[in-house]
Amino acid sequence: MQHFDTIIIGAGHNGLICASYLAKSGQKVLVLEASDRVGGLAASHEFHPGFKASIAQSINQFSSKIASDLNLASHGYTPGEAMATIGLSADGNNVSINGDTVTGVSDKDAASYKKYRKMMLKYSGVLKPFSLKTIPRIGNNSLAEMMLFGKMGLGLRMMGKEDMQEFMRMVTLPTRDLMDENFDSEVLKAALCWDGVAGSTNAPRSPNHSVLMMLYRMTGDHGGDHSLPSGGIESLVTALETAAESAGAEIRTSAAVKQITIDGDENGLKASGIELASGETFTADRVVSTADPKTTFFDLAGVDNLEIGFTNRVNRLNTNGYVAKLHLALSGLPEFNGLDQPDGRMIIAPEQDTIEFAWDDAKYGDAPENPVIEMVIPSLSDSSMAPDGQHVLSANVMYVPGNLNGGWTDEARQKLLDRVIDEIAKYAPSIRGQIVGSELLTPADIESNYGVTGGHWHHVEFSLHTMMMMRPTYEAAQYKTPISGLYLAGAGSHPGGGLMGGPGHNAAHEILK
Amino acid sequence: MTTNQLRYPDEELRHSPFHERMVALSARDSWSAWNGYKLANNFYDGEYEYFCIRNMCGTYDVSPMQKYEITGSDAERMLDRLVTRDITKLREDRVTYVVWCTDDGRVIDDGTIFKTGPQKYMLTCGSPCIAWFRKACFGYKDVDVKDVSDTIAGLAFQGPTSYSVLKAMGLDGVETLKPFGIMNFPFKETELMVSRTGFTGDLGYELWIDAEHALDLWDALYAAGEDYGIQPFGEEALNMARMEAGFIMPYMEFAEALKTVHFEHDQTPAELGLDWLVDFKKPRFNGRAALLKEKETGPKYTLCKLDIEGNKPAEGAEIYSDKDCANQIGYVTSAMWSPVVKASIALAMIETKHKDGDLWAEVYYYKELRPYKKVAKCTLQNKPFYAPPHAKKTPPDPF
Repeated sequence: MQHFDTIIIGAGHNGLICASYLAKSGQKVLVLEASDRVGGLAASHEFHPGFKASIAQSINQFSSKIASDLNLASHGYTPGEAMATIGLSADGNNVSINGDTVTGVSDKDAASYKKYRKMMLKYSGVLKPFSLKTIPRIGNNSLAEMMLFGKMGLGLRMMGKEDMQEFMRMVTLPTRDLMDENFDSEVLKAALCWDGVAGSTNAPRSPNHSVLMMLYRMTGDHGGDHSLPSGGIESLVTALETAAESAGAEIRTSAAVKQITIDGDENGLKASGIELASGETFTADRVVSTADPKTTFFDLAGVDNLEIGFTNRVNRLNTNGYVAKLHLALSGLPEFNGLDQPDGRMIIAPEQDTIEFAWDDAKYGDAPENPVIEMVIPSLSDSSMAPDGQHVLSANVMYVPGNLNGGWTDEARQKLLDRVIDEIAKYAPSIRGQIVGSELLTPADIESNYGVTGGHWHHVEFSLHTMMMMRPTYEAAQYKTPISGLYLAGAGSHPGGGLMGGPGHNAAHEILK
Repeated sequence: MTTNQLRYPDEELRHSPFHERMVALSARDSWSAWNGYKLANNFYDGEYEYFCIRNMCGTYDVSPMQKYEITGSDAERMLDRLVTRDITKLREDRVTYVVWCTDDGRVIDDGTIFKTGPQKYMLTCGSPCIAWFRKACFGYKDVDVKDVSDTIAGLAFQGPTSYSVLKAMGLDGVETLKPFGIMNFPFKETELMVSRTGFTGDLGYELWIDAEHALDLWDALYAAGEDYGIQPFGEEALNMARMEAGFIMPYMEFAEALKTVHFEHDQTPAELGLDWLVDFKKPRFNGRAALLKEKETGPKYTLCKLDIEGNKPAEGAEIYSDKDCANQIGYVTSAMWSPVVKASIALAMIETKHKDGDLWAEVYYYKELRPYKKVAKCTLQNKPFYAPPHAKKTPPDPF
């Protein structure tokens, strides 16, 4: 039986990053991936002959430190330029947000936006130093850990009394309150609050953490603006894969892990390897899981090996994904009303309340009457995604419950698809004639296709009670778990989901400590 | 609403399946409550009933106790992780005394597990615990916990003549029943389960039957027991007997961990002197990591048995390491004048590091409403105050 220093479950970006760091340090590393390709939710697949897409459709906070540590540039990854966020308007009077500039709104809103952006960047700067750090547990801290807490407090205090007060006031506001305080344009407000609610169980009126989430996302390069690398998301995945392999990590695809081997004796429990679904087994000094916490603890480790309170805390984690994914194969570049080129990130949400009401439908188990949508045309930056002259439209559709009332029948699926296309066609009337193929993935599909509980992008909801030293829950928030030799390194760990790489980086750091 | 109607009818205490017989034998009509059921404080006099337990035999209604039926192919694994003892070693028709703890190793409750079938257990405990058991079941595919508290009647039957009464009742074979064993007997059209268990430290049994046959059981038992001095006893007598036997009582010796507010107001098994119930050979059970850590440093407190000089019951006394009562090191949890030991005895929580040194109790007592206190020397006892050999003999001595 082959023995490794570390076995990593899942070849998503966090698994590959963790593998690279460990292999670079000299460890013998095996990465096991259930599907037939690496990349996890960032992996591309052919959804229509000749047309490819990935669940992750843009990048807004991938760590430049990781890119440089792993020398991803030499493996073909070049970060893209920030793209504009465009709040679409059916009459063509679109609102375009680019850096600190916004067009399509009143002068007053444009001026307010400059101030708003400056303020938000300053506040997100307070959070920035902590993404690539293990947040210490509460109680019995070492000096170094106390200093990290101190640094956090100091960062807040150094902003000055007024900013600190304002930060504390603002950080738990519903996004809607923040938008209404600053702007008049409904399209602008809706487009700006998108990053606070996307992928979450939150809408503009939800209190507590959507502003925090916006700030969190702004900690990325370009102040959190979205971008696409010139070779597409696939170029990042490929770079991560080759970086891991060239560091010496072994990657196996189509290798679904059935269970983590946990030895028990009078010394307690220890993770000592894994068993594949095929029956093949490997041993290791430690096992790192990038699967979501519920999959890791319930399916792979087993509740037998965990304590009752802990197990139930993990079970209570919110893992309900509410984003469906739409991929359209288009015979040509779609034309949107009032837009020269659809090369930005386009948002269909005429008002904040459109977002709110879509959420209202979903929280009671229905598909939204008026879905809200975030779209990009990824084939513009990566021509390999579609045949020559043809294009892919990739869209996040909110809010779509995984557990739909009446279930996801073919009829229900078709109804939602029609609704979403109808909605898009309001802004791009000629698009219907360009559609040559489509794919709609509900959160239930994402769960079954990608092995992510609830189909939740972030594995675990970003909430105040599941952030930092509470993510995914205490006793497992420093990448170590209650089972000796078992680590977490997925989106469910700090700093969490999105194409960021923090959990993989931080887990490797903990292991190498 | 008229004034002679109950304002909160749901709050009225319920009657146990034995109530009809018990109320007829209650001279004092003195009741308290246990899990929503009426519980006799005494029937005539607590001390008198205590002597019945020690010299003849008596019945105590344990029907209000919580009873859970746990079934399924994962029942053993679920229980083995729940409690600190090794349940895989529990054989069919055997009973074991257990505690279960929070993740932090604090005692939630104690109780007994009866293995009644290959994949079937009955767990009994003092307070409702279904929410915790449901949590403990989460993640197992085949285990079911059913609350059978209201459908199974239980009668503790304790005292040196209890065995002879069961024989007289016609329970053939009961002579072979060993301590912590279970036997089933046909009774009317149902089955009577007899376990050789109890809470008095004496020879004794617990009788379990479906609630509809409770009164038939009572009548058969009392008919057989007439010449053996059978008497019902209440909480007061039970409390005396259990103290002599060194058994702990919730809300006397320990506070259930799921109900305490302060994190140190509950106890670990070792603090309660129950470290013998914690099997660290088992790689997995709830609270293991925390208890292992405690084992390295030793428990902060230890529940001790004290023989206190003089004859005043030391209820509520504080324990000091010096006669001047300057350095408090513990407190009494239960105390009494023990008729069988002929001494003032107590259970007390004492800081472990002090328990083997000088121990002094500041005893408070009243004489005709006037309060007095005195400082009494305490002697640590390592064995139960009362553990007669006849309690464990198989077959038991006949009368």
